[in-house]
Amino acid sequence: MIEINNIHKSFGDNHVLKNISFKFEKGKTNLIIGESGSGKTTLLRILIGLHKIDKGEVLYDGRDFNQLNSKEKRKLRQEIGVLFQKGALYDFMNVEENIMFPLTMFTNQSYEEKIERVNNCLERVNLQNNNTLKISELSGGMIKRVSIARAIVLKPKYLLCDEPNSGLDPKTAIIIDNLIKEISVEDDITTIVNTHDMNSVMEIGDSIAYINNGQISWTGNKEELLQSNNEQLNNFVFASKLFKRLKNI
Amino acid sequence: MLNKTFSFPEKKSVFFKQFNLELEKIGLNSLGIVTIISFFIGAVVSIQTAFNFESPIYPKYLIGYATRESLILEFCPTMLALILAGKVGSNIASEIGSMRVTEQIDALEIMGVNSASFLILPKIFATVLFFPILIILSITIGLIGGWVGCQTAGITTASFLYGIKYEFNAFYVTYCLIKITVFAFIISSVSSYFGYYTNGGALDVGRSSTKAVVYSSIIVLIFNFLLTDLLLA
Ligand SMILES: Nc1ncnc2c1ncn2[C@@H]1O[C@H](COP(=O)(O)OP(=O)(O)O)[C@@H](O)[C@H]1O
Ligand SMILES: [Mg+2]
Repeated sequence: MIEINNIHKSFGDNHVLKNISFKFEKGKTNLIIGESGSGKTTLLRILIGLHKIDKGEVLYDGRDFNQLNSKEKRKLRQEIGVLFQKGALYDFMNVEENIMFPLTMFTNQSYEEKIERVNNCLERVNLQNNNTLKISELSGGMIKRVSIARAIVLKPKYLLCDEPNSGLDPKTAIIIDNLIKEISVEDDITTIVNTHDMNSVMEIGDSIAYINNGQISWTGNKEELLQSNNEQLNNFVFASKLFKRLKNI
Repeated sequence: MLNKTFSFPEKKSVFFKQFNLELEKIGLNSLGIVTIISFFIGAVVSIQTAFNFESPIYPKYLIGYATRESLILEFCPTMLALILAGKVGSNIASEIGSMRVTEQIDALEIMGVNSASFLILPKIFATVLFFPILIILSITIGLIGGWVGCQTAGITTASFLYGIKYEFNAFYVTYCLIKITVFAFIISSVSSYFGYYTNGGALDVGRSSTKAVVYSSIIVLIFNFLLTDLLLA
């Protein structure tokens, strides 16, 4: 479980996150939803230490990320898989080398052990036998899959995904969403997914936090979302005609 | 950033792999342009010298001598540094910059990699090691170009070769190597700096790469002045 308490974050005068608290539960896909620019990416980057917070705490099963010494932090980082919005695959390495890289950095496994794990992960994301492809040769969906494979190669306890289906067609987007959900449930991972895509919300929204004006203004699951009478949330969720109709059914 | 860049890499094998990649990208891929430019500069320098020394009072071997001196002292190290600032500098800055905007640097950081040292150190090592090799190549090719230039200006091979060897001062070569090593360091570190601190998108990568070329060229020229003053005066 990841727990955040009273998080504040400003960039200069721009107070992006104001007093955010939430519990992200284990074995579930926890969604952070909100408009573009509402601070979803900022929150995710705070969770992995890429932004410093002004105030508050980030607890990974009780361990306060910002109080750890560098050795403890290194150990915790191995337990966190991250899926960046643009994939962030290293373009000077091929698929196999990308997935193997965390193993090389964090473990002393032999090449054979590493390659076996890499192949397992590739199979998991349905990309077996694509080991030697270059990153420039991958489609949008494949980039996400390889990134997922790289994120899970160290068998993380936590998986953080920033807009995992941005830039994908609806069908591929749903496949990626479900892959993330499946991995979270099977491996009992605490997963956090940032999204502004209502299809994903309806598909995998076990637990949802809606960020608006820098604050969490609504929480619940996907069924509760349909019944909600939070006005801003409704304006956001049911922005398209399709979803307005859906709500009226 | 300097501190972070020069901290020792944790996994040596990973460092050497990067270093090899960089040698190829920075060094080997510059061989072509260095060869072409040095050849033509050498040829032009010797033709112009021959043209200026046309009077019979000057012995013909002075042309070989003057070509050698100008190539070693100024043309090769400075011209080459400026051209490499354009080629290698923009390459380094845009490569690191695009890694920044596509979150690859963040990904490295969270995998416990010191991204500054991982990305920048191999580039600095590769330039500092390879630019002196390039300069030796450049001088050699430049002299060959000079010889070809002499042929067109009607100077005999024998007098050109005599000129090349005439009153040879080995310190000038050392001086040239010192200069290019300093320039190599300037180009790679300045360009890495602009790449590393890119933020935004693809347009900003272009901007960083332009800045890298402009600033490294200017700093190279300033150091050229300082070093010449310091080492030769
Ligand atoms: N590194 C940064 N420096 C300054 N402002 C930033 C930075 N990152 C994000 N912001 C600002 O924080 C706000 C939230 O951005 P972001 O977290 O990317 O939103 P989202 O991911 O929800 O679209 C925006 O107003 C953005 O301009
Ligand atoms: Mg975002």
